[in-house]
Amino acid sequence: MSREIFAYIEHHEGVLDDSALELINAAKKIDESANVVALVLGTGDNLNKACEEAAKTYASVWKVDKSDLSYPNAEIIRAMLVNLLPKGSICLIPHDTFGIDLGPGLSVKLDTPYVPDIIAIDKVEGDKLVAVRQEFSGQAHTHVECDISSGAVLTIRPGTFAADESKSASGEVVDKSGDAGDVEVKRKFLEVVEAEAGDVDITQADILVSVGRGIGEEENIELAEELAEALGGVVSCSRPVVDAKWLDHSRQVGTSGKTVKPKVYIAVGISGAFQHVAGIKGNPFIVAINTNPKAPIFQVADVGVVEDCIEFLPVLTEKVQEMK
Amino acid sequence: MEILVCVKRVPDPAENEIEINSDGTDIERDDLVYSVNEWDNYAVEEAIQIRDKVGGSVTVVTVGDEEADEVLRREMAMGADKGLHINDEVFEEADGLAIAKALKAVVEKGNYDLILTGAQADDGAAQVGGMLAALLDLPYASLVNSIEVVDDKTLKVGREIEGGNQEMNEISLPCVLSIQTGINEPRYVGIRGIRKVAGVEIPEMELSDLGLSEDEVAPKVKRLDYFVPEMGEGAEILEGDTEEIAEKLVELLKAKGGIK
Amino acid sequence: MEMALVPVAKVSLLGIPASLLAILIPLIGIGFFSYIMARRLIPLAKAKPDPRFDRPKQRFKNLIKFWLGQYKQPRYLVAGVIHMVIFFGFLILSIRSISMVFIGFDPGFVFPGLGGFLGHIYDFFKDYAATFVLIACIVAGIRRGVFTPERYKVPPKYGKDHTFEALFVLGLIGGLMIFESLYSGSMVAAQRQMGLEAEFLPPLTISWFFAKILSGAPRGLLQFLNTSAYFCHDMVFFFFLCFLPFGKHFHVITSIFNVYFSKLDRGTVKPVRYGVSDEELDDLDYFGVKYIEDFTWKNILDFYTCVDCGRCADVCPANAVGRPLIPRFLTLKAREHIFDRFPVFGEIKPKVPLIGNIYEEDEIWSCTTCGACEEECPVLNEYINKIVDLRRGMVDEGLVPQTLQKPLNALTKRGNPYGKMEKKRAEWTKGLEDIEVKIVGKKAQTETLYFVDSATSYDERANEIARSVVKIMHACGEDFGILGKSEKDSGHEVRRFGEEMLFLTLKEQNIDAILNSGAKRIVTADPHAYNGLKKDYEGIPPVEHISEYILRKINEGKLRFKPIEDPALVFTYHDPCYLGRHNLVYDAPRQVLDAIPGLNRVEMERHKDRSFCCGGGGLMLFYEPPEEEQRMGQVRVKMANEAGANVIVVCCPFCLTHLEDGVKTTRFEGKIQVMDLTELISKQLIIE
Repeated sequence: MSREIFAYIEHHEGVLDDSALELINAAKKIDESANVVALVLGTGDNLNKACEEAAKTYASVWKVDKSDLSYPNAEIIRAMLVNLLPKGSICLIPHDTFGIDLGPGLSVKLDTPYVPDIIAIDKVEGDKLVAVRQEFSGQAHTHVECDISSGAVLTIRPGTFAADESKSASGEVVDKSGDAGDVEVKRKFLEVVEAEAGDVDITQADILVSVGRGIGEEENIELAEELAEALGGVVSCSRPVVDAKWLDHSRQVGTSGKTVKPKVYIAVGISGAFQHVAGIKGNPFIVAINTNPKAPIFQVADVGVVEDCIEFLPVLTEKVQEMK
Repeated sequence: MEILVCVKRVPDPAENEIEINSDGTDIERDDLVYSVNEWDNYAVEEAIQIRDKVGGSVTVVTVGDEEADEVLRREMAMGADKGLHINDEVFEEADGLAIAKALKAVVEKGNYDLILTGAQADDGAAQVGGMLAALLDLPYASLVNSIEVVDDKTLKVGREIEGGNQEMNEISLPCVLSIQTGINEPRYVGIRGIRKVAGVEIPEMELSDLGLSEDEVAPKVKRLDYFVPEMGEGAEILEGDTEEIAEKLVELLKAKGGIK
Repeated sequence: MEMALVPVAKVSLLGIPASLLAILIPLIGIGFFSYIMARRLIPLAKAKPDPRFDRPKQRFKNLIKFWLGQYKQPRYLVAGVIHMVIFFGFLILSIRSISMVFIGFDPGFVFPGLGGFLGHIYDFFKDYAATFVLIACIVAGIRRGVFTPERYKVPPKYGKDHTFEALFVLGLIGGLMIFESLYSGSMVAAQRQMGLEAEFLPPLTISWFFAKILSGAPRGLLQFLNTSAYFCHDMVFFFFLCFLPFGKHFHVITSIFNVYFSKLDRGTVKPVRYGVSDEELDDLDYFGVKYIEDFTWKNILDFYTCVDCGRCADVCPANAVGRPLIPRFLTLKAREHIFDRFPVFGEIKPKVPLIGNIYEEDEIWSCTTCGACEEECPVLNEYINKIVDLRRGMVDEGLVPQTLQKPLNALTKRGNPYGKMEKKRAEWTKGLEDIEVKIVGKKAQTETLYFVDSATSYDERANEIARSVVKIMHACGEDFGILGKSEKDSGHEVRRFGEEMLFLTLKEQNIDAILNSGAKRIVTADPHAYNGLKKDYEGIPPVEHISEYILRKINEGKLRFKPIEDPALVFTYHDPCYLGRHNLVYDAPRQVLDAIPGLNRVEMERHKDRSFCCGGGGLMLFYEPPEEEQRMGQVRVKMANEAGANVIVVCCPFCLTHLEDGVKTTRFEGKIQVMDLTELISKQLIIE
């Protein structure tokens, strides 16, 4: 009998989170022949839309419709999953602010091992699963091993597994609302307080176009902003740019600025002083654009472009727009 | 309010260069310096501020070897009232669950209204708080970046969620919260402060004192090794004319999720 | 002898002898004054000790130079000259004023020693003195009231404008001059009317004018004016005396003491508590200043003495870039606080913490300890010691900005603020091609020790300074070495940021390492290390700054330089605070520069003791003030540009960083270059 692996699907207003398409690949990596079940919890039309979407990727979709799930309260969801999941289940959850809330407790309640923030599945041999994690802000990687015979709760770092864009499944949506039961919890969701308008939080951005003094003049920051817009990212900077008052201090990356953890970091005209680089965490894909091939930023970057950023940025922006 | 804060002694990446030893069994520990885990420090500051506002006491607990004593003293110099040191060799190999079980035993020996942990540790996995809550059957919220004491049964807590937004919740006491950095501005602790608490007795507990057996804390998840992912010397420099470079870069960016 | 007018002592007012009044007014005045002064002394008595009774010769010399000689005054020419006129006039007139008091009940009183010829000379000068003082008061009044220089203005958050008090006091002084002159003038007019021998009135003095105007006045009027002028003078005099301790004119009384007891040792920082040894520090309840009583008595005297002249604020770089610090108000707020807590009338009020009530945290962290304010203060008030003591108090409470906590923790763990590994402290030597740098210690000894310090060791740009120093010493054939990983941060800024215990730890480790090296002398290129080793350390070999070392070697004929080829280069030298103001090394770097053939050098307007801080060293690099309109480095680069320079030569790794950043963030990139003196020297060196 093939193994059943459950993937927790995050969705917002009927739209699936990017992680929804990634978890299926993580599941397949664990067991190619697994029957991967999408767990979609919520309520109303948005839930139905999310289930429909999920069914395009997952052969099987378990739907739980509860009025108190209009907002995903991890406390409620955990209790319902405990009711819902068969013993010995492997459950995959995105490692984000929701997954962190849900995962550890779920593993305790299901009495399974918990491996958080997985960036790769190394191998599965029998009941042994070996996954790859990072420690010390990505400065060291480690292999971790656990026995999945009695199930497991695994959280998967978003963006580390390719998304399955094929939409080739026409999965069956099964309403499991009854099995989830009614649960009482001691944590009540009140509201979401939105970040102040106009105030960009660079710490939350996945894509950062970061400018340094190599940008030359204040007017040139616009070039970076155009690129950021095309990429769907935001502009951050190094200290000299803040010193020059070209950008607000809230945009500064580094020891005296913000610590960021994007997926992609494009350093434009940044030399790569230690104080700056120390603010980049989470091992992003770093692109360095700098006229000086000896700039230390090239030591930490994955890809380097030795070009004058003022000439290069408009070309790059144009190519990005063409691509879309 | 009686508050327990769980802290950990870690090598802070800001003060260390993490290198992996030759056989990949561990990181190079000879030249490491250790500090209290940054998130835990915010948790202690928050606990002290709550205590100063509504009364009660703050106890800091750590699971760690002899040297872990130093972080307890540091947090006591900061203003925590008591320290508790769980020191047993068995925890050297422990996973998050084993630590959570040890902490559960500590919680059950006391009478705490609020248990705080750091949201994560530099060498950890953001798991102990959630596990501890589940073991204790207490409500839990992670990544907490604001706490407001509503009354002696309820807190209003904010959670840091994606996009810089904040998710507000009401949570019943007793509960477990994992604290995110930035919730407050932790006070500075100098050498003088630490010296003042140098003589304070900190009770130590072993596995047996916690009423746990070795089996119960045997790790379910084991770290096999440390390694550095394959990486060339510095960046791969893209060659060609400006157009070509831009095209290559766009391809790479797309592959890495750099185009939304 | 026939009298032209009835002397005051003989006049009777409504049947009461005026002499009685003339005795009563001084008695009441002096009584009040004594009471006020006694109350004002309470805060001094409650304050912390400060042993300022040593080195009387040096202190007396300071008194002659800075108090009697008004040495600092002409640094602001107009205000300075006006003040000097009033000051010297006051000194001359004080004799006359005292005599006046006695004349009121002893008509024949003559000030001892001023009987005969000397008395006439004195009278001659005192009349001119009174006239010049009056003119100075009028000029000062117009300047203050109408033109009001920028530095006298009071930003709204610091309360009301101070102009009224200033004008009021000028009015009192002017009044004294007028009444005294009217007294003399009316007497002389009467004497002349009667054909009696009249006192000589120097032409064009106020009394001379009065005598002229009143020459035809009736006797009765003259008598009235004479007696009234006397009592007006008497009352204004004693009112003024009692009014002095209520405001900025307290300096009239306190400045002489303030100057005598002023700080004698540049660049030093006071111990945590005088009379408490390093070993006993653990016994103190707390460190630094939390309440006003925690200041030393001399600090309180400083607060009393502040003249509110605004010169400190005018030269303060923190103020110039819009940080929330104005040294003037650091003092004035403290004075107001003292007056409020220890009122002349009524109960002493309970203690309140200064931080959060009268000072803000960032106000105290904003100071770079550059010393410009202290250099400028005409009454030699101190600021750095107070700032450091306030910081010690904040550190003790844990009130340290997050941006500073990281480097402080790193210093504790790693001995450098960057948190880099100890074993990498000498990594910069790898960039030297053919010179091996000796790492010294117990086994490998050295003659000369090069103390590198953290910034030069770890900052990639500043590494160039270290490598240049090595090249220069090598060219001189020096037997030298570095401490490598056993060198710790000098702790100079750690101490000035108030973390005394950490400083002591670093110092102890460094002293051990230095003594182990067997060095006979120490050379450093970092002025902060230079000042720290010289002033904060004890029992170590003599310390030389690299600029002094280079000059010595030039004079010994060991260094020769290639000429500057590019005629377009115009050099200017920026004085680092801790080399210049705090150690008076102004000339050595200039002489070194001038020893390079063909080097064209200009001075910035603010140079030597008026140098403008680059932004601060050590931990200041990490501090982010909440408000700041521009960077000090940017301001300084603009000053260099105004001087017509296109190369700024510095002598400090922090100046190098700040000014280079300043160039890169202003529009001078590519137009102005910044280099360390050592870099220039090593580049121009002729190696035989």
